[in-house]
Amino acid sequence: MSDLITNGRGLSLVPKSDVALGMKDFKSDQEVRWCPGCGDYAILAAVQSFVPELGLKRENMVFVSGIGCSSRFPYYMNTYGFHSIHGRAPAIATGLAASRPDLSVWVITGDGDSLSIGGNHLIHALRRNVNLNILLFNNRIYGLTKGQYSPTSEVGKVTKSTPMGSLDKPFNPVSLALGAEASFVARTIDSDRKHLQSVLRQAAEHRGTSLVEIYQNCNIFNDGAFEQLKDPAQRDEITLRLEHGQPIVSATKAVRRSADGGIEVVARSEVREEEILVHDAHRADPTLAFALSRLDEPAFEHVPIGVFRNVDRPSYDELMAAQLEEATAQRGAGDLDELLLAGDTWRIG
Amino acid sequence: MTKQVQQLDRVIIRFAGDSGDGMQLTGDRFTAGTAEFGNDLSTLPNFPAEIRAPAGTLPGVSSFQLHFADHDILTPGDAPNVLVAMNPAALKANLSDLPRGGDIIANTDEFTKRNLQKVGYTANPLEDDSLAEWRVHAVPLTSLTVKALEGFDLSKKDAERSKNMFALGLLSWLYHRPTEATIQFLETKFAKKPDIAKANIAAFQAGWNYGETTESFSVSYEVKPAKLAPGVYRNISGNQALAYGLIAASVRSGLPLFLGSYPITPASDILHELSKHKRFGIRTFQAEDEIAGVGAALGAAFGGALGVTTTSGPGVALKAETVGLAVTTELPLVVVDVQRAGPSTGMPTKTEQTDLLMAMYGRNGESPVPIVAPATPSDCFDAAVEAARIAVKYRTPVMLLSDGYLANGSEPWKVPSAAELPDISVDFATAPNGEDGTTFLPFARDPETLARPWAIPGTAGLEHRIGGIEKADGTGNISYDPNNHDKMVRLRQAKIDGIAADIPELEVDDPDGDARVLVLGWGSTYGPIAAAVRRIRKSGGKVAQAHLRHLNPLPANTGEVLRSYDKVLLPEINLGQLALLLRARFLVDVISYNRVRGLPFKAEELASVIQDVIDSE
Repeated sequence: MSDLITNGRGLSLVPKSDVALGMKDFKSDQEVRWCPGCGDYAILAAVQSFVPELGLKRENMVFVSGIGCSSRFPYYMNTYGFHSIHGRAPAIATGLAASRPDLSVWVITGDGDSLSIGGNHLIHALRRNVNLNILLFNNRIYGLTKGQYSPTSEVGKVTKSTPMGSLDKPFNPVSLALGAEASFVARTIDSDRKHLQSVLRQAAEHRGTSLVEIYQNCNIFNDGAFEQLKDPAQRDEITLRLEHGQPIVSATKAVRRSADGGIEVVARSEVREEEILVHDAHRADPTLAFALSRLDEPAFEHVPIGVFRNVDRPSYDELMAAQLEEATAQRGAGDLDELLLAGDTWRIG
Repeated sequence: MTKQVQQLDRVIIRFAGDSGDGMQLTGDRFTAGTAEFGNDLSTLPNFPAEIRAPAGTLPGVSSFQLHFADHDILTPGDAPNVLVAMNPAALKANLSDLPRGGDIIANTDEFTKRNLQKVGYTANPLEDDSLAEWRVHAVPLTSLTVKALEGFDLSKKDAERSKNMFALGLLSWLYHRPTEATIQFLETKFAKKPDIAKANIAAFQAGWNYGETTESFSVSYEVKPAKLAPGVYRNISGNQALAYGLIAASVRSGLPLFLGSYPITPASDILHELSKHKRFGIRTFQAEDEIAGVGAALGAAFGGALGVTTTSGPGVALKAETVGLAVTTELPLVVVDVQRAGPSTGMPTKTEQTDLLMAMYGRNGESPVPIVAPATPSDCFDAAVEAARIAVKYRTPVMLLSDGYLANGSEPWKVPSAAELPDISVDFATAPNGEDGTTFLPFARDPETLARPWAIPGTAGLEHRIGGIEKADGTGNISYDPNNHDKMVRLRQAKIDGIAADIPELEVDDPDGDARVLVLGWGSTYGPIAAAVRRIRKSGGKVAQAHLRHLNPLPANTGEVLRSYDKVLLPEINLGQLALLLRARFLVDVISYNRVRGLPFKAEELASVIQDVIDSE
């Protein structure tokens, strides 16, 4: 089943490189200018060291971003890149990916960029299943504008724009993406390079929209937002690893069906092995994945990371290309003279 | 009975009815017959924004005006000679436009007490003296149609629906229109419902026969074919011509067309039309909003497509930021604005020229874009090709300013052959352009056009990053250097200004060369202005005419032309937007004439304005 889903179709149309490329081939000559200690550095390094493995021609990779700290990312990748407009990267990347199936298109975005100003484009890209890999750097704060609360900030967040605490309930990016029936949805952490790269690999190999939420630390305006998940003393207890075909557990906890039809987290010691929910990322129905996405509520008592959902459905560029082919097969390639003279015409002289 | 046939040089008919009565279809078919017959023609549909306003009410009235003649004509006509009124609302809404002495063909069946009351008639105008100054032909169109269809297995309601075809048949008889094409059209349109096709054809023929036999019509009219330049013609609306122009631009540039668009009146028909032509490799993308429409088009352009977005004024407002991104990343993009009455939602189905300054300046920063405006419905074809030519050659967004009047109006179009259209092919960058032979400079410029190279993803060795942040001249790297910014601002402006050397000079029509007054226009006012100029000249007056197709940059000789006349009159369907630009640029005391009624100018109105300016000399 795993082979059926991640059969590499995601990359089959992208030309392979004739020569082996390394991390240095993907570093541009531009000086990286994030704040020292920013989680973005770790993600950049993870991406630069992972993409050579895909074996693609560098010139067929494009990084498109919106506006925000994370959106500077394309400048540092020695590929084609487009640093666009706040929130609009999925829209711009949609036009590119829909018309160029031979490209591996990556969207780099943040929580403000993708979920606030660009929320509309994000959900529509997901629903259409445009062939994009969307990396959502979630630091739960506005960094570039110097520290206002974001659409993923927890309620009551005290920031420059919310001195008495924020009022709005945050989005859970994974829940939102699953609600839009995204075909690939995952979560990972900036500090866990191995996990990050394994998720990116699966995202790249998935044809259609892959949404990867990356918990990313902003050490200036929201330091320690994901500390529980990094602290050796508690991270193994909190983190529920999602691996297809494996029971969903942390070091001390397990997920099982609850009596009311939902799911619940219980102590591993209190549950029989066969009661533990086995993760099925390829399940057509997204509701169980959605239930898993709700487990981090409230306040990170236990947090699933990994691939929540990975299902196969035709990508938007494939569907669009198929219509063009069908139209051409039915009536032949377009002929301009024939078109202009179609319908009622008359001759004078 | 042999009826009298009277010769006319031109006729203006207005079909008016409830928006469910099929008046647009009736008008379209009468137009097709007229085109086939060989008259010159011009049409103006006028319909409410409401899809189905309550039946029989004034807001629900839809009309279609057709002007046809034995000579070349320029407008759909100021006022109709004949009004076809399918109900009391249609009569009431249109009577004030019909000059005394004009013909009214009224469907008496709909002049019921209830329908009369709906529009405030206390008495039936067909039965009292209130229409004494017009020639009224009272025809029970509905009941005659039902009677004609008695042999068909149709409900009364379905039979009644064919009354527009009965009316079309009657008018076709009255003006000697050919019938074959309409019969064929009905057969094709209702191919899957042959009974409905037969019923409509029967109604159409019954209308014709009614004209032939009834005493209500003692005279029929003949308008001889017009003498137009030799060639193959078709009738075409502005939106269709614009869509075809975009397809032609795709073919002639060798670039696949990508349309990103969001439905909006009156531009949606361009999206509809292009979506039919996928076998030209055209990708049409109905986006989630206006911003995504232009964003996707720009993304496709980055990938090497001919990126196009189509919209109307409110959509242009939303797209502004992305157009600015296209300006600064110097990517080709065609932005079509089918202008409508504003501000805000305004009057979506009504026309205006009020987006010129938005097209020119409606973005943050120094953000120049070329602007092209078609003059007539068929000219939308050439204007679209021209907009695409400039976009791909200069790597810039181009605003194409059509409007509701052009979009829905139609006229005969001499169909060009593909081979005679301009070759607008482009060369993508394929190799590094740096002095060292290995570096690629995405913002190095062609010395002549100042355009930067267009290097598309998939091209090895030219990997580069572009974006909205200011770029260093040449390398395109992020730059906050003050002098670099000043230089880039000026370079972007110089690139657009330089296009003036690549567009035709402004031509002046001044037959004797001794006119003292110039009447200048842009966009869809061409027809009414030219018709008004003809009137002035016919009555012995002297007036020169010039029409701007390129609004930015302006043709190189514009200032010279303006300064060579004592007076320059500029009619615009706005409050003087082009006048503002011309006054600022050339310090010429342009005289504005402005009406913003959501309707095109009338020739008679403009003739009187021109005469006033001449007289004030």
